[in-house]
Amino acid sequence: MMWAKIFYAFLALLGGIAYGLFLGGVSRKITARMQNRRGPTIWQNFIDLWKLFRKKTAISHGVMFYLAPMFRLVGGAGTFLLVPIVVGNPYLSNFSFGGDLIVLMYFMVLGCLGMALGAAESGHPHAPIGVTRGLSQMAGYELPFVISVVVLMIADKTTSIEGIVRAQQGGILHWHIFTHPFAAAAAFISLLGMMGSYPFQVVLAPQEIAIGPPTEYSSTFLSYMFSGRSVFAVAKYLLFMNLFLGGASNLLWAFVKTFVIFLWPLFITNVFPRFRLEQSVLFFWTWPSLFGLIDLVRIYLVR
Amino acid sequence: MGKDKNYFLNEKPEKMTYGGVFRKINDWARARSLWVVAYGTGCGSIELRPTFTSRFDAERLGMRMVGTPRQADVLIISGYLTVKTLKRVIRVYEQMQSPKYVVALGACPINGGMYYDSYNAINRLDLYLPVDVWITGCMPRPEAILAGFKRLQGLIDSGKADGWKKYIENLDWYRENQRKIIKNWRMPNYNW
Repeated sequence: MMWAKIFYAFLALLGGIAYGLFLGGVSRKITARMQNRRGPTIWQNFIDLWKLFRKKTAISHGVMFYLAPMFRLVGGAGTFLLVPIVVGNPYLSNFSFGGDLIVLMYFMVLGCLGMALGAAESGHPHAPIGVTRGLSQMAGYELPFVISVVVLMIADKTTSIEGIVRAQQGGILHWHIFTHPFAAAAAFISLLGMMGSYPFQVVLAPQEIAIGPPTEYSSTFLSYMFSGRSVFAVAKYLLFMNLFLGGASNLLWAFVKTFVIFLWPLFITNVFPRFRLEQSVLFFWTWPSLFGLIDLVRIYLVR
Repeated sequence: MGKDKNYFLNEKPEKMTYGGVFRKINDWARARSLWVVAYGTGCGSIELRPTFTSRFDAERLGMRMVGTPRQADVLIISGYLTVKTLKRVIRVYEQMQSPKYVVALGACPINGGMYYDSYNAINRLDLYLPVDVWITGCMPRPEAILAGFKRLQGLIDSGKADGWKKYIENLDWYRENQRKIIKNWRMPNYNW
């Protein structure tokens, strides 16, 4: 049974990477259509990934430089493997277990930390600037996200994603996005920061610091980071689906709900300019955190 | 140099072999995913903005601008090249990872154009860097640039865009030409 579980989780991981790359292509297409141009094909990210994977590499900057893309990929894949895709289905629940939400919140930071160490070793001046910004930004969006997750944990008296999904069964109005609207608002705003979508895009900042932390990364390194990023995005969509949109009863529903969540940062990112770092962090520490606190207080009073 | 020593390779790079089992797929993917380093050397870079934005939309060919030479495939020499810029261009080109391609815009890189008798603009680019596609005009319109990129894609697809291989094979010759014109060569010998 264990081997079967590993096999199905591996299949799900490959599917997750492919779905993430597909969503990346769709986002490029939608962005292009919003700017009144045709844009690349929706399979463009697969082509890019293959090209990057087969490009030569002649750079060496030290051990951590080599390990950082691996950290990124492992951080993304690990997060993905801890989130159940379809709760209750033994083939599609990956390695989720009781209490996994706390482990998950630690795991989500792993990729960023590995990236920070590797980028700092690359020696390019843009990289430490990007890393500093990324870690500060993380301190910003983690706060409202953690508050809203804690609200759900207290409300459902469980720390497992499976338990939270089961607590939302029985109709659309049982979804946490309707029962805890303020916590959901806090979490969905912090999702913008996690995805690096545009008002909070201070880390990569292409017009300002080249591309930030991965400035010195090329070819195969970049392809690992690229696929890690894709699967990490899918993991976050799945997590938000499970936490707020009532989970999924089959793969089709998982596809529809994650696609809807994927559209939210995409539409925001295409119409906004960019914050500075301190504006961004300050925003996360005020409005979304306040929303989260409102629901936290409400939970205590209603109980 | 000194403390920067670790960040550059100090020996000549090995001759890289090209191909293998997936050669056809590689060429197909490379042709359809050209990342251009966002670096304008002369007046031609003004034509690159409309090429890459909404009106002419080079992204439908799979191209995009990247901010760092490490991740780029294509270096566009956009117009005249002064000796001072040539030094930077060589540095950028050598930091790009193989396979890499050079596209020269306009008349100036071909024969000097209207700066043919200038004291500090170079006349022939291919003495210093291997060029894969030339696009003539002064300046070429975005349509011409897109046509040039279609041609580059065709060359890559058929495996004929091998300027980067020639550069490594004939590095000594290129280096000699470069050093002849760049008097203050204050950069590492090999920038890979």
